[in-house]
Amino acid sequence: MLCLGFAFLYIPMFLLIFYSFNASRFVPVWGGFSIKWYITLFQSEEVWNAVILSLEIAIMNATFATLLGAMAGIAMARIRRFRGRVLFSGMISAPLVMPEVITGLSLLLLFITMSELIGWPTRGITTITIAHITFSLAYVAVIVQSRLVGIDESLEEAAQDLGARPYRVLIDITVPLIAPALVAGWLLAFTLSLDDLVIASFVSGPGSNTLPMLIYSRVKLGLKPDVNALATIIILIVTIGVIIAGWILSRQEKQRLLDQQMADSEKYDFSESIR
Amino acid sequence: MTQATDTSKLFENQPWLDPDAEPFVKIRALTKTFGSFTAVSSVDLDIYEGELFSLLGGSGCGKTTLLRMLAGFEEPSSGTISIDGVDMANIPPYQRPVNMMFQSYALFPHMTVEQNVGYGLKQDRVEKNEIAERVAEILAIVELTPFNKRKPHQLSGGQRQRVALARSLVKKPKVLLLDEPLAALDKRLREQTQFELMNIQHQLGVTFIVVTHDQEEAMTLSTRIAVMDQGQFSQIGTPTDIYEYPQTRFVANFIGSANMFEGRVVENGDNHVIVRSSHGDLSFYIDHSFEIRENIGVSIALRPEKITLSREVPETIDEYNTVKGIVDDIGYLGNFSIYRILLENDKIIAVTHPNQSRPRDARHLAEWDDEVLLSWAPSSPILLTK
Ligand SMILES: Nc1ncnc2c1ncn2[C@@H]1O[C@H](COP(=O)(O)OP(=O)(O)OP(=O)(O)O)[C@@H](O)[C@H]1O
Ligand SMILES: [Mg+2]
Repeated sequence: MLCLGFAFLYIPMFLLIFYSFNASRFVPVWGGFSIKWYITLFQSEEVWNAVILSLEIAIMNATFATLLGAMAGIAMARIRRFRGRVLFSGMISAPLVMPEVITGLSLLLLFITMSELIGWPTRGITTITIAHITFSLAYVAVIVQSRLVGIDESLEEAAQDLGARPYRVLIDITVPLIAPALVAGWLLAFTLSLDDLVIASFVSGPGSNTLPMLIYSRVKLGLKPDVNALATIIILIVTIGVIIAGWILSRQEKQRLLDQQMADSEKYDFSESIR
Repeated sequence: MTQATDTSKLFENQPWLDPDAEPFVKIRALTKTFGSFTAVSSVDLDIYEGELFSLLGGSGCGKTTLLRMLAGFEEPSSGTISIDGVDMANIPPYQRPVNMMFQSYALFPHMTVEQNVGYGLKQDRVEKNEIAERVAEILAIVELTPFNKRKPHQLSGGQRQRVALARSLVKKPKVLLLDEPLAALDKRLREQTQFELMNIQHQLGVTFIVVTHDQEEAMTLSTRIAVMDQGQFSQIGTPTDIYEYPQTRFVANFIGSANMFEGRVVENGDNHVIVRSSHGDLSFYIDHSFEIRENIGVSIALRPEKITLSREVPETIDEYNTVKGIVDDIGYLGNFSIYRILLENDKIIAVTHPNQSRPRDARHLAEWDDEVLLSWAPSSPILLTK
């Protein structure tokens, strides 16, 4: 069963990558190896615009979502009692389970109302970025919170005890300790934004097509090999992002365990050598 | 390491006996409740400057909670704390003149030993050179100079414990709070570190408040001990007071071991009390007076090392402070042996006896199933009403 599941997950991706190197115009017909679709791709201004727009949105989204998400995560993990704590945690994680169509639709309504009332924001890069931040910050908050739960709170108390004011504790102790979670959160938010089609389609304006939107609109006109090439590039970027995030999270833990083992095995020599 | 000085000698003036002496840490009617559970229940405590004061008690009796209130991490539900004459009510942890050594050490994992120890000084905007100097100085005291560039996870448990101690001492706080400082060490290292602690305390003259549930550790370290039970103090006193003159059954049992007897006061004279045990043919003659009514139910505690064991059993034995029995079990502990003596009424009494000569040239004082006589001085039985 599991193998079947994996097959359905990965075979299409390999097919897609495979056909992106197909020389033939017709997708299912193999016409020999070629990278001409990649070349056509990079010659198209429309594609370039979409790539740049998507990257801009992804980077801004990742940065703001990490900032706000970290604050929310810290509040959830560290402030033991504040008014509406349960409600707050619930609301933070609601976007994780909310259907994207609903999120997209409601945000669109909000943006329309706002621009009627105060003339801002105009639909396009701004609205897409805001929409992406709202749902990716939930992911960051959850990552940061679960990291903090695993960190002994007495570290922060010890810093306070030594005379550090709360903001110094945050900068000197909390942030370095959750740094891996912040990096992982940033990368996750980045890829979430790069992937998103539904919400972006709802809230984008005329002329602002993100990469997924471009691919989707092209595919509707029929399967073309250059789309395969484009998709292959996205797969590559996302894969690299996920691998880096996972690597950063696991490396620290491994290093710690390794050092711990070394210290334990050395322990007896040390106690001899200082006497 | 130089030999440790006996801290009780430093306190011959015993400030706690002087009604005019001003306590350094003053706790009044301090209470902490978590929901409906009372962790610390209306305690009063005076601690004097330079003391090494121990809080001793079983798990969950509220020791850590009391310490955390002193450090400012836990807000008292009611009551007051003042340190050096200043009320601590609205003073946040980072402005209190106390430092704490945490039960888990709480070393910053991303900083080296040096940075950990220097962190507190950096918060006080001490000059860089001075920080380096003071850090080097304190690391030398705890013998960690060769490890100053290591991260905490590259240290052994005992080394980490000393980093934590150095970090909390380097700011020369007025009061140092130590939460089970030696709990993570093995026995040999623990005993050695106890003496180091006492030396350091003596060198720096800081007031120490040490939490522990190891009574031997408390006896060795402290000028005074507070025995805690269910959020309250059962007794506060010097190690000798607590051991020789426990005031409650809990303290008598918790500190050291004691044979307990239930009994009834049969005679209350001017300078003596006679208690008749409900365990058959056994009466205690105590050579000092108590304000107590006759015929009242009391407990008698008798320390195992205060009992003399003899194999010469006369036909008729004294009326008071002696009893016959049979050796039921012998435990050889090296420096001394424990004899478990079965009395006629099936009660078992533990008696300890130092092994002054080697077993090869002297057999046990008594052997299994020997009939023996137990006796004790009239000053030894401890009369307890609570
Ligand atoms: N934040 C808290 N919320 C609820 N109950 C608490 C809290 N902190 C402590 N308690 C309770 O208060 C009691 C005293 O806890 P405390 O940590 O002071 O014990 P302790 O004497 O230090 O024990 P130990 O020797 O095991 O460290 C315990 O029953 C504990 O469950
Ligand atoms: Mg504790």
